Amino acid sequence: MTGAADGLLVSRDLSKRFGGLVAVDSLDMAVRPQEILGLIGPNGSGKTTFFNVVTGIYPTSGGVVEFDGKDITDFSPQAVYRAGIARTFQRSRLSLSLSVFDNVMVGNHMRLDQGLWFNLIARKDFKRQFEENFERARDLVKVFDPLLADRMFEAVGTFPMIDRRRIEICRALISRPKLLLLDEPSAGMTHDETKELMDDLLEIKGRLEDLTIIIIEHEMGVIERITDTCVVLNFGQKICEGPYQEVAEDKLVQEAYLGIQ
Amino acid sequence: MSRARAVFAVLLPGIGSAVAVTVYVILLLAVESQAAIAALLVAGVIVVLAAARFGGMARIGRSFAERENAMNLVIVLAVLAVTGFFYEDHFVLLLMATVIIYVIACLGLNLQFGYAGTLNFAGAAFFGVGCYTAAVLTKHTAMPHLLILVAGGVMAAVIGSLLILPVLRTRSHYSAVVTIAFALLFKIFLEVNDTLGGPQGLPVDGMNVLGWEFNDNIEIGEDFEVAFYVNYIVVGLIVLALAFTFVRRLERSWVGLNLDALRLDETAAACFGLNITRWKITAFTLGNFLTGVAGALYAMMLGFIAPTNFTFGDSLILVSIILLGGIGNPWGLVVATTILIILPEKLQVIQEYRFLLFGAMVILILLFRPEGLLPRPLRTYLPGWQPK
Ligand SMILES: Nc1ncnc2c1ncn2[C@@H]1O[C@H](COP(=O)(O)OP(=O)(O)OP(=O)(O)O)[C@@H](O)[C@H]1O
Ligand SMILES: [Mg+2]
Repeated sequence: MTGAADGLLVSRDLSKRFGGLVAVDSLDMAVRPQEILGLIGPNGSGKTTFFNVVTGIYPTSGGVVEFDGKDITDFSPQAVYRAGIARTFQRSRLSLSLSVFDNVMVGNHMRLDQGLWFNLIARKDFKRQFEENFERARDLVKVFDPLLADRMFEAVGTFPMIDRRRIEICRALISRPKLLLLDEPSAGMTHDETKELMDDLLEIKGRLEDLTIIIIEHEMGVIERITDTCVVLNFGQKICEGPYQEVAEDKLVQEAYLGIQ
Repeated sequence: MSRARAVFAVLLPGIGSAVAVTVYVILLLAVESQAAIAALLVAGVIVVLAAARFGGMARIGRSFAERENAMNLVIVLAVLAVTGFFYEDHFVLLLMATVIIYVIACLGLNLQFGYAGTLNFAGAAFFGVGCYTAAVLTKHTAMPHLLILVAGGVMAAVIGSLLILPVLRTRSHYSAVVTIAFALLFKIFLEVNDTLGGPQGLPVDGMNVLGWEFNDNIEIGEDFEVAFYVNYIVVGLIVLALAFTFVRRLERSWVGLNLDALRLDETAAACFGLNITRWKITAFTLGNFLTGVAGALYAMMLGFIAPTNFTFGDSLILVSIILLGGIGNPWGLVVATTILIILPEKLQVIQEYRFLLFGAMVILILLFRPEGLLPRPLRTYLPGWQPK
């Protein structure tokens, strides 16, 4: 068991019920700083719900979430973001009619000056901030794909899925969060595209040393390759945790998940 | 030299179309025979469709996108040219001033619906709040009239935010229900309220700025007289220019991005720190302010207001202008307002059936061109800006 003391994100006895359905069931879990943790489990085992509860989209039904030593249980999504947690969504939630730059900038909300005076009257200052942020956004996108970085002012709807996934990850990373939550970043992509995206992700991880990642993923190849440790859920309960190799050999896990397709 | 030529090449389609539209509008407004008007309308539609078919519209759009300030100036000059042509025609000038004032009101609605996605079915009622504010203040106080314009905006903004505050926290379309209720109640409230003139309405003083009486015809020399509506057209254009700049800057800022983001996906926006309620209230309040200012100006121009000016049907017309013009595109509003205000006045057959016709128009637009006559282009921040 991981102690609460050395966890960046810690959940204790965390539960989420939808009516009679227990989607997350008394979950104890901890992510150590700077690691990549794989959250795996069969369909409907409560992985996405865990993210939604942590990020304040759903209220908890019981238990505690701590982040960076602070209790963030039932914080609003806004407060969770300001605390330093950013996420992507299982079904990509970009604004397709907005440009790449716009979408990435939404993720940078807390670093942008939101005052009416600044935005409407002090247009010189606005221009400076705009240019700074354009550079920053373009540099980040460039890590994923230099071609994409040349098309910052095109509508996201005109890009294929792999680019959308990249943009969504950039939107989450632009504010330099401490913890990144990735919900099936490879969904809807081919094998090669997935590999490419994971390369990019590892590169980013190398540059941003402080970054901690929780990744939900169905492709075991991905999990094996990039995670330091895994947590396996089944019916909302943690049934196993440890490095991928150990987890993959676990009897319970094989029964619940790997063996049966 | 070659740079100047390049600029000119970009501007040419825009200026050319502005001149053509100016001549066309003058013709349309000058002609009286119903058959001639109908023929002009058909010809206009055909020319526009043909221009769109052969890429002319795209080139005109480029003029506006790349040389925005120059094109804004061209449009103002075009309006002044039409004004000059009809300098003593009260009917036409009133129509033009009405279009200008309605565009200001619709800019407000556009902020609310086009950007923040908050439906406001009480546009005419908030316009009416501005009107009645002007009526009461011109009658009972010595407040300078330009300040009364501001006061009309503030009243509409305050009443609007009190009304909408409780429902903006909820999702879905409660704002539609609340504003419909307000639109209906507003007229009834005016009719039973004797201090506000009841069903007969109230007189409003004409505008007076530094001794200049707006409701007197302007006499130049011995026997040259310009209709007083020109005063209102000029002030209306100034207010419109300010409102237009305001809305444009708002759109092209982080605030505009916030509004677009929360309209398109509230949940995702919230996960990146956007305070949904704060930005919706901001858009609703600022939008109502513009609508209220427009109302105050309108009341001073008409000199008399009554509850029948502010029916639910009038609110629906404002909403249909937004849908028709192109949601979120200020230039679309200008085009749509011009069509929707001038058409029924010139083509009398329509007058009686105008609600039916507008309804049909909105349905057709929603079915076949949901982005409106002039679809909103991609967001920009600094016009003409290019990455290094
Ligand atoms: N908003 C909701 N209302 C009711 N039930 C829900 C809701 N969200 C999730 N559930 C249920 O909770 C359970 C867990 O769902 P969740 O989406 O967390 O699973 P998951 O592990 O992410 O699955 P997948 O791998 O398919 O994405 C499922 O049975 C699901 O139907
Ligand atoms: Mg899921």
